[in-house]
Amino acid sequence: MYRVGIDVGGTNTDAVVLDGKTVLAGVKASTTEDVTSGVLEALEKVIAASGIDRARIAAVMIGTTHFTNAVIERRHMDEVAAIRLGLPSGAGLPPMVDWPDDLRDIVGNHGYQIKGGYEFDGRVLSPLDEDAIVRIAGEIRVKGLKAAAVTCVFSGINDAMELRTKEILQQQCPGLPVVMSKDIGRHGLLARESAAIMNSSLLSLADRTVAAFGEALKAAGITCPFYITQNDGTLMAADVVRSFPVLTFASGPTNSMRGAAFLTGIKDAVVVDVGGTTSDVGSLSHGFPRQASTTVDIGGVRTNFRMPDVFSIGLGGGSLVVKGESGMTVGPKSVGYRVRSEAICFGGSTLTATDIAVASNKADVGERALVAGLDKALVEAAMAKIDQMLEACVERSRISSTPVPVIAVGGGSILMPDRIGDLEVIRPENFAVANAVGAAIAQISGETDRVFSLIDGRTRESALAEAEAEAREKAIAAGALAETLEVIEREDMPLAYLPGNATRIHVKVVGEMGAHHG
Amino acid sequence: MAEVRKLKYDEADLRTLTVEDLDALEIGAGILGTGGGGNPYQGKLLALQAMKEGYEMKILATDRIEGDALCMSIGGIGAPVVGVERLREGREGLRCLRAMEELIRAPIDAMVCEEIGGANAINPLVTAALGGLPMLDCDGMGRAFPEMQMTTFSIYGHSSTPSVMCDLHGNAVIFSHAVSEVWHERMARACVVAQGGGAMLATAPMQAHYVHQYGIPKSYTKAIALGEAVIRARKAQEDPIAAVCALEGGRRIFNGKISDLKRHFRGGFSVGDIELTGFDDCSRQTAGVAIQNEFLIFRRNGEVEVTVPDLIVLLDVDTGYPITTEMLRYGQRVAVVAIPCHALLRTARALDVVGPAAFGYPEITYSPLPAFVQKAA
Repeated sequence: MYRVGIDVGGTNTDAVVLDGKTVLAGVKASTTEDVTSGVLEALEKVIAASGIDRARIAAVMIGTTHFTNAVIERRHMDEVAAIRLGLPSGAGLPPMVDWPDDLRDIVGNHGYQIKGGYEFDGRVLSPLDEDAIVRIAGEIRVKGLKAAAVTCVFSGINDAMELRTKEILQQQCPGLPVVMSKDIGRHGLLARESAAIMNSSLLSLADRTVAAFGEALKAAGITCPFYITQNDGTLMAADVVRSFPVLTFASGPTNSMRGAAFLTGIKDAVVVDVGGTTSDVGSLSHGFPRQASTTVDIGGVRTNFRMPDVFSIGLGGGSLVVKGESGMTVGPKSVGYRVRSEAICFGGSTLTATDIAVASNKADVGERALVAGLDKALVEAAMAKIDQMLEACVERSRISSTPVPVIAVGGGSILMPDRIGDLEVIRPENFAVANAVGAAIAQISGETDRVFSLIDGRTRESALAEAEAEAREKAIAAGALAETLEVIEREDMPLAYLPGNATRIHVKVVGEMGAHHG
Repeated sequence: MAEVRKLKYDEADLRTLTVEDLDALEIGAGILGTGGGGNPYQGKLLALQAMKEGYEMKILATDRIEGDALCMSIGGIGAPVVGVERLREGREGLRCLRAMEELIRAPIDAMVCEEIGGANAINPLVTAALGGLPMLDCDGMGRAFPEMQMTTFSIYGHSSTPSVMCDLHGNAVIFSHAVSEVWHERMARACVVAQGGGAMLATAPMQAHYVHQYGIPKSYTKAIALGEAVIRARKAQEDPIAAVCALEGGRRIFNGKISDLKRHFRGGFSVGDIELTGFDDCSRQTAGVAIQNEFLIFRRNGEVEVTVPDLIVLLDVDTGYPITTEMLRYGQRVAVVAIPCHALLRTARALDVVGPAAFGYPEITYSPLPAFVQKAA
């Protein structure tokens, strides 16, 4: 049985077929506006290239940066209502208070603060103002908002008010998708609220995207289950993504980093994944992406997702090269997936980073003759700028002064020089499709996140063990091999002043996908 | 008829803070927070909102105000872990200020910071700005401590009652008299639990000459400089941790990964232990850090090396950003930096209140961390 990994980037859709640990074939197709035809093209190409029988595909794993890119580029985001339950707390800090102005405008800046919420010990902070919810529902109808995000103070301790708010909103606005913060994030109101708002704003895009994936597979005659990779490099069932697109946010970098480790066998390195619009740089430590220890910034917004510590810069194969008054700029604007029609070397009329790489003999794509007429000084200045941008982000991601190799992956990695500072650059075979490889080898996870009462002889240690056993069970039920499971997250947060001394425990285990069914 | 207030300082001596200053202060206050004091981020957002509305934050040196000026210190009280979820309302401090002026029937001339470490660096700035008062460039700790009697103001004889405590609901509580600072702390702590785990507390006003004598000097300028050093080093791709050490006579004493993390609540405080497994020059070593809201004791291979009141700071190994106790996570890679505390915290009188014994380590004797002088490059 085979596994197919597909990565839908802003520019390219890559696909690989894996037989166990062997990459049978890897191909690239252009990402298309409708997503489906690009996925279909990549699928057909990779099936043809590997010569496999499509009936023997056990699972298709799809990684997509679609949702992250939407936020970064401020595209495809709906206007939504951001409702916080918690007044008078937070009165001075309205929803989206720490967002960049342009992003706040894109989602419409419809922040509402009403009475509600809980205290840390479960007492009611303010009784829920149900009349206000009805009024907000009226505004949602009038303004034609597409969804709502509801965030209640201490919803991790009691989710009743978020549930009740959702119920009232859906009574008033039948069919309105309502995202509850308790399902998205963790403790820490502003970050959880921001994640919930972004999630609600991406719901219609998620719906369209998942449907498109399903149609593409169906059109290719593939009937096995399909999964989508999430932030931590593990899989979620495709349908879950319709409700929680933000959980895929950093899956692209995670996949390419895990793919880079898999392809090279190198466990400690800096990985640079150059796509069409952005480059993601992160560190591999013992074969896993290093996790960010501080809050993670997505499109300028603080979130508290567990994510690889990846630094993104607006530099990719499709980045626009512009000579301005203050010198050369490369990116962050990009022609993205249209590079193959709009770049000069492909017969277009837009000067991109790819044209610069081709003109300076670093890459061999398109027609070199088309860029032969470019001004030499301009090409050199642009290439120097690109080198400088790459070096700066590699330096930032280095864990120590110990030299480690830089693994260059991604379709845009033709922009990478052979050395960066004192570091050697390695380009693995199949470098261009590392992210699809990462998706194909993605693991299964199991998670427990709940409150344990420390009574009847239960200790912190035994509760942690219990939580781990639960998480393992869930992972195995989802298809993981028991002997490959390892704990990747373990934390407990004691809750003071609750009967019986309680603690909230979060454990996540991951393991390899087991023998395939079907 | 409104009384015209006579200023006890020259407005030309005021330094008005900029948005950039606040960014730097957020980082610097986090570093001086030694893991506690709460995350200054939220305070910064409140300050930025206030700035947007036209309020100004102004700093004044302690020797640039008349000795008899009335100065009121104010700080947030409560559990930081609650504060990141149940945000403040925003005007708690201003309500404290007005209630205090009403109580003592006199106007306050300037604001004082209790605790430069963490969120309490910025909270009083917001109050000062809303109240139109300058903020004196000093504080009562030079770092963060978990309890109110641990300010130099209290240690050297100021009685912090009568005090006023306001929560986000609008409740205002007056403590008219406490027989000792510890009693005040105990009552305030009980009160803050009832108030939902967070409030602002303003203590009895002090005269400016007392603040000048017993405050830890130049706290704001120092914290802003620390933050600027981190930002500058990051921009220049230099080591931000070295920059922090250079400014404060500190030393990078350990590089490690968090290999275990135990936390529990005891009497309202987050108490716990971190275990670190060393890497780089510290490989094959282990270290432990004891927490009681702040990082209190640093042990290497089981041996005590640095103790409170000297500063034990955990910084993200790459970014140089401070890590607070509530941000601690299994697997995190941190640098431990030790910074000598101010001389006002090292006297016998101070050590009775903020030495290891005061935190439940009577077996540990404080031995002052020497200032570490950087060799010129």
